[in-house]
Amino acid sequence: MSEEEDIILSELPDDELVLQMHDDLYDGLKEEIEEGVHILLGRGWQPYEVLTTALVAGMTIVGKDFRDGILFVPEVLLAANAMKAGMFILKPLLAETGAPQVGKMVIGTVKGDIHDIGKNLVGMMMEGAGFEVIDMGINNPVEGYLEALETEKPDILGMSALLTTTMPYMKVVIDTLVEKGMRDDYIVLVGGAPLNEEFGKAIGADAYCRDAAVAVETAKEFMARKHNQGATT
Amino acid sequence: MADALTKLLQDHDWLMADGATGTTLFNMGLQSGDAPELWNADKPDNIRQLYQGAVDAGSDIFLTNTFGGNASRLKLHNAQNRVGELNRLAVEIGRDVADASGRTVVVAGSVGPTGEIMVPMGSLTHEIAVEMFHEQAVALKEGGADVLWVETISAPEEYKAAAEAFALAGMPWCGTMSFDTSGRTMMGTTSADMVKLVDGIENAPLAFGANCGVGAPDLLRTILGFAAHGTETPIISKGNAGIPKFHDGHIHYDGTPELMADYAVLARDSGARIIGGCCGTTTDHLKAMREALESRPTGGRPTLDDIAQKLGGFSSSTDGTGDNEPQARKTKRRSRAE
Repeated sequence: MSEEEDIILSELPDDELVLQMHDDLYDGLKEEIEEGVHILLGRGWQPYEVLTTALVAGMTIVGKDFRDGILFVPEVLLAANAMKAGMFILKPLLAETGAPQVGKMVIGTVKGDIHDIGKNLVGMMMEGAGFEVIDMGINNPVEGYLEALETEKPDILGMSALLTTTMPYMKVVIDTLVEKGMRDDYIVLVGGAPLNEEFGKAIGADAYCRDAAVAVETAKEFMARKHNQGATT
Repeated sequence: MADALTKLLQDHDWLMADGATGTTLFNMGLQSGDAPELWNADKPDNIRQLYQGAVDAGSDIFLTNTFGGNASRLKLHNAQNRVGELNRLAVEIGRDVADASGRTVVVAGSVGPTGEIMVPMGSLTHEIAVEMFHEQAVALKEGGADVLWVETISAPEEYKAAAEAFALAGMPWCGTMSFDTSGRTMMGTTSADMVKLVDGIENAPLAFGANCGVGAPDLLRTILGFAAHGTETPIISKGNAGIPKFHDGHIHYDGTPELMADYAVLARDSGARIIGGCCGTTTDHLKAMREALESRPTGGRPTLDDIAQKLGGFSSSTDGTGDNEPQARKTKRRSRAE
């Protein structure tokens, strides 16, 4: 442990500090991340700059290694917890400074399904990428999704299921959106271990996301397309 | 006196387990999102039919309809106070079916994961996990289960908690994990890790192995991984019948009975002694598997190429057990600490 104390964050120049924060995120070191965020803010960094350069860039490395099967859920959860601690400091400041919003997502696990590991990861990684995330938790009936969509008016609806017995429920939700003429108002992303791309298409989702890193990439892509469409019409 | 499964394992080189519970109940009209366990009380005839189907197709072992029967899962359906009742009923129906079969059929009390993440990553403590598993274990025992059978586990800590609960309940048990993420469990456990885990458990299982996951080829790669470690504990192989597809509002797994028959024989050649199916495995699949296991000779251990050729390719190039695995980033603090 004594070796760890060799690194004194406050003595590092900005560029080295940022790289060290990437390392600390990778290792899931919550207190070190909090300290790093405070130091950068103290040196006059804009909250949005801290978010993107230190936290989002760091989580991108974590996301990549998760996607490539190098890191697994336990490591990613620790990293995401560390990031969340940093976000907690930045969030009020970001709101004050009117930092750009990438998009808004409502996310929840479908009725009957308790597994929220994947959903939590997606939520945290999306926040890490600058999205506003409204987490509906587990066990959501279709009525719950409708209500959240109407109140929150998000760009994206994310649904997750981890069980064979619950994944068809995603179709129930999408079918209801179609019936109510609301389907095209949202980008619908689905995920969960038993799913696959073809399944996502068959139930009428915009995309199936294999993991949290892919979810972030896909969400960004769809938001870019949405903005482009907005510009031409 | 030895339990029924130990005796069967002594007398037979291989045993056939059952197929899918969820898929079968869907075909009987279970609605997505509803708790299958409630049918133990509300639709006992359907549950009887579920078990009877497996027995008639030649299964030596079947799992009870209690996968989501712990307090944490039943809470979703406001049935957390019915753990005892729903588990007992499921086993009692199973006991009737098994005892009327005219041969030894093992009633295995299914126990699924709590669905919660254990500390330090999550909030579920070892003590509460043991308590939840114990509550279910006692009810399964009271109903007359021969063995307990924990399945679809991702976290080694949860596997250990189940083992401890089963010891408290004084029940023999089996336990499988789900290897669905690049050949590992969601928590990163490899087939080699699981062998070590099982060998280190005080209350050792009668058999261990893999269930669910992604398709038959991946599952067999995991079985080969277990066998490579020369474990003495019998290996269980319960793979899905292909991958899920959506057809006319129904989930359909695309693996044919012929494919599952090939899978069953390859599973035995890979070193599994208890062979069954998981999601998508119907009685038609089970019949084809039984027929193949009885009629085809055993062969040598298949290579990964043999498996890919007969059943299709793998979901990832490695499974965490090879020499050329991608390595985690060397971070500064960690490299200094070394």
